[in-house]
Amino acid sequence: MNFDLADEQRLLRDAARDALARLDSVAGARDALDGAPLPDPWPTARAAGWTGLLVGEKDGGAGLDVFDAMLVLEECGRRLTGAGLIGHLAATRLLAGAAGRGDVGAAAVLPSLAAGDRCAAIVLARPPAADEKPWTVEAEAGGTRRAPLPTAQPGGGCDAVLVTGEAGYQLDAAGADLLVVPAVLGTGEHRATLVAADAAGLAVEATPRGDASRPIARVSLEGTPAILLHAGPDDLADVWDVVQALLAADALGVSEAMLEMGVAYAKDRHAFGRPIGSYQAIKHQLVEILRHVEATRSLCYYVGYAARERPSDLPLASACARFAAEDAATYATRTCIAIHGGIGTTWEHDAPLFWRRAQLSRLLAGGVTGAGDRVATEIVKHARAQAGATATT
Amino acid sequence: MDLRDTPEQAAYRGEVRAWIEAHRHEAPPPTRGNHSVDPEPYRRWQARLAEAGLVGVTWPEEYGGAGLGPVEQLIVRSELRRAGCGGILDNIAVGIIGPTIIARGSSEQQRRYLGPMLRGEEGWCQLFSEPAAGSDLAGVRTRARHTADGFSISGQKVWTTGAQHADFGLLLARTDPDVPKHKGLTMFLVPMRVPEVTVRPLRGMSGGASFNEVFFDDVPVGDQAVLGSVSGGWGVALTALMFERATLLGAFDEIGFSAERFAAPFAEHRELADAHLRQRLAQVTCGLLSLRYSSYRTLTALSRGAVPGPEAALGKIGVIEAARQGCELIAELVGPDALEGDWGETAFNLPGLRSGGGTEEVLRNMVGERVLGLPPEPRTDKRTPFRELGRSPAGAGVPA
Repeated sequence: MNFDLADEQRLLRDAARDALARLDSVAGARDALDGAPLPDPWPTARAAGWTGLLVGEKDGGAGLDVFDAMLVLEECGRRLTGAGLIGHLAATRLLAGAAGRGDVGAAAVLPSLAAGDRCAAIVLARPPAADEKPWTVEAEAGGTRRAPLPTAQPGGGCDAVLVTGEAGYQLDAAGADLLVVPAVLGTGEHRATLVAADAAGLAVEATPRGDASRPIARVSLEGTPAILLHAGPDDLADVWDVVQALLAADALGVSEAMLEMGVAYAKDRHAFGRPIGSYQAIKHQLVEILRHVEATRSLCYYVGYAARERPSDLPLASACARFAAEDAATYATRTCIAIHGGIGTTWEHDAPLFWRRAQLSRLLAGGVTGAGDRVATEIVKHARAQAGATATT
Repeated sequence: MDLRDTPEQAAYRGEVRAWIEAHRHEAPPPTRGNHSVDPEPYRRWQARLAEAGLVGVTWPEEYGGAGLGPVEQLIVRSELRRAGCGGILDNIAVGIIGPTIIARGSSEQQRRYLGPMLRGEEGWCQLFSEPAAGSDLAGVRTRARHTADGFSISGQKVWTTGAQHADFGLLLARTDPDVPKHKGLTMFLVPMRVPEVTVRPLRGMSGGASFNEVFFDDVPVGDQAVLGSVSGGWGVALTALMFERATLLGAFDEIGFSAERFAAPFAEHRELADAHLRQRLAQVTCGLLSLRYSSYRTLTALSRGAVPGPEAALGKIGVIEAARQGCELIAELVGPDALEGDWGETAFNLPGLRSGGGTEEVLRNMVGERVLGLPPEPRTDKRTPFRELGRSPAGAGVPA
C-alpha cells in the first residue's frame, strides 16, 4: 500500500506553487472585477509543460495522470488562477483518447495543443444522472435546468458534420482555438466533434458571473462545420468525470488557502486580552475547515487511485471529490471571512475573492447538486454489486 | 496511489487466508463490538488465532507478537471479515493495554501479562474516566495511598467497557494530591477479581449493558503493580491514548459504518429515493468514503514509522457525524422499522459514541492546538496543587 504522493508528484506540486507565486493572480482577480484583464497563466502553464500534461509523449505531451493534473489545479485554486487550464486539459484528454484509436483529426491537432501553441476547450456533456434521463448540456439560463445536446447533420464528407445547438456557462471556452463539442447524430448516436474557433456559425460569448477569476462563456452553433471524432459516450463521460476531479482539486486549493489565512489571523488578532484562536468558538471552526480539507484531500487521492488502478470507480470517486470539495470551499471561505470580522468584508481583503470563486465554481459543470446526484447513483450501484457478490459467495 | 499488496504482503495474505479457510468452522460470527454477548466462544477463537500468530500482529516478536506492520494487521482483519469470521475478543487489551505495557512496563510485568492477554485467557479493561473526571482526565480522584506492602486503592471509575469480563485493569490513580494535577498521578495494573472491587453494569441508551461503573474499596496492590514510575502516570496515560487512536484505523468499515451498507436500503427501495434524499445519501457517502481513504493515508504514514497523531481524532468526529446523518436518512427512507433491529441498534448507540473516546469538543481542542498550532485557552489549574483545586474559587489558585 502506498497512499501518498510520490516524490515526482511532490516536485510537480512544489514547482507549480513556485511558478504560480510569481503571478500576481489574487490581486489580479480583484482588479478583473473592475474590468482589468486577468493575469494570464498560459505562459506559465506552457513553460511548465502543463498544457501537454494529459497528452502522451509521442504527441509531444508529458503523458501524466489525472491526479498529476489535479495537483496543478490545487495550486491554481490556492492562487485564484488557472484560466484556460481545465478546459484545455479536459479537451486534450478526450482528443488523446481518440488519437490513440486512430483518429487522424485528433492526432493532427494534438502536438500544437500539447506544446501550448494552441489552446482547446470542451462543451461538457452531462451523463444521464439516473438510467431514464438523457444526456444534456448546461442550459444557458437557469440553475438545475438542462438543455438537449447539440445535433449534428451530415456535412458533405465522411467525417464532416454541421453542428447546431447551445450551451451556457462553459469553462474556458472564450479564447480557445479549438472546441470539442458533443453532438447527437441523426442515428441517435452520441459523438464528440471538433470545431475551430473561426468556424462559420460559431459564437462564443464571455459571460462573467460573480467571479472574475474564472472565465466562462456561452457557446452557440448554427450549422457550424465540425469533424466527427472517434469518441463516444464513454469518452464524454470520462471527460465529464475528469472535469469534476479538476474542479474538486481547484476547490481544495481554495479551502487550503482559507485555512492558512484564518489560522494566521486567529493567532495574531487579540480580543479580550488573548489571541482569538484560543477561544473554542474560533478554534473549533478552524478545525472544522481542517476536517473538510483533509476529507476532500482523501477523496482526491481516491480519484487518483481510481483513475490509475480502478477506472470503474472514477465516476463515484470524482463525483464524491467534487461534492465534498465544493461544500468544503463554501464553508471555508465564509468561515474565513467571518473570523476576520469587519476587515474580512472589505473590497481590499483577499478572502472575499476566494468566496466568489467558490460561489461560482459550485454551480459549474452540473454543479454540486449534479455531483451529489451522481454520487447517489454510483454508490447504489456499488451497494447492489456488493450485495450480489455476497449472495453468490 | 496504490492499494495493492507488495509481493511480501500478498504472500502473507495468502497464508492468512489459507489458515482461516482451514479453521473457519471454529469461528464465532462477527460482532459489532458488543461486549454483552457470551465471551467464551470469542475467547477460544482468540486463543486459536494467537497460536497462528494472528493476534498482536504489530507487537514485537519478543513479546509474542508477529513483529509486522499496520498494513499486515489490516490484512488479518480484512481476511477475517471476508471469511465472515469474528475477530478477537479483547481489542482493548491487544490494541491499547498490551502495547502500553510493552512500551512502559517492567520485564517482569511483560512476562506475566502479555502471553495470557494475547491468548485471551485473561481479559482487560481500561480504568480511566471517573464521575468527576472525563474530558479533564488529569482530574481523577481515585486515590492510591502508600502502605507497608505497596498501595491501597479507593475510588470509583465509570464508562468502563468490558469490566464485567476483565481479570485485570489499567488504572489511573492519584498518589500525590499535594502537587499539580498532572504530576501526582500513577498508573497501576490492578486485579479485578478480588472482593474489594465491585463491578456494576450500566445499561446504555441502546438498552444493552456495554459499560460499567467500578468501585475500589481499599484494594491492596504491591509495588510491582505500578506501570512506569510513581507520579509518572500522566505520561503512561498519554502513551495509552496514542495507541487508542491507532485502534480506530480502518475500523469504521468493520463496525458497520461503510458507505455501501448505508446505500443498500436505497438499492432495495429505489422508488422511495427522491432528489432530496439522494442529495443526503451523497453527503453520507462522501463522509464515509473520505474516512476510508483517510485511513489508507494514515496507514501509509504509520507503515513508514510515523506515530499515530492527533489528526486521527478528525476521523472519529467524522464517522459519528456521517453515521448519524446516515441513520436519520435510512429511517426517513424506510420509516419507523429502521428504529428496530440492526439499524436501530446503530442509531441508538451514536449519541453515546460522540462522547466515547474523547468528547467532540475536547478532540477539537486537541487538534486545534496540536495540529493547527492555535493557542490554548488560559487555565487556572495547571500549577495549583490538586488538593487546593476543589476548594478555591475559579482562578483564585493561580500563582501571580
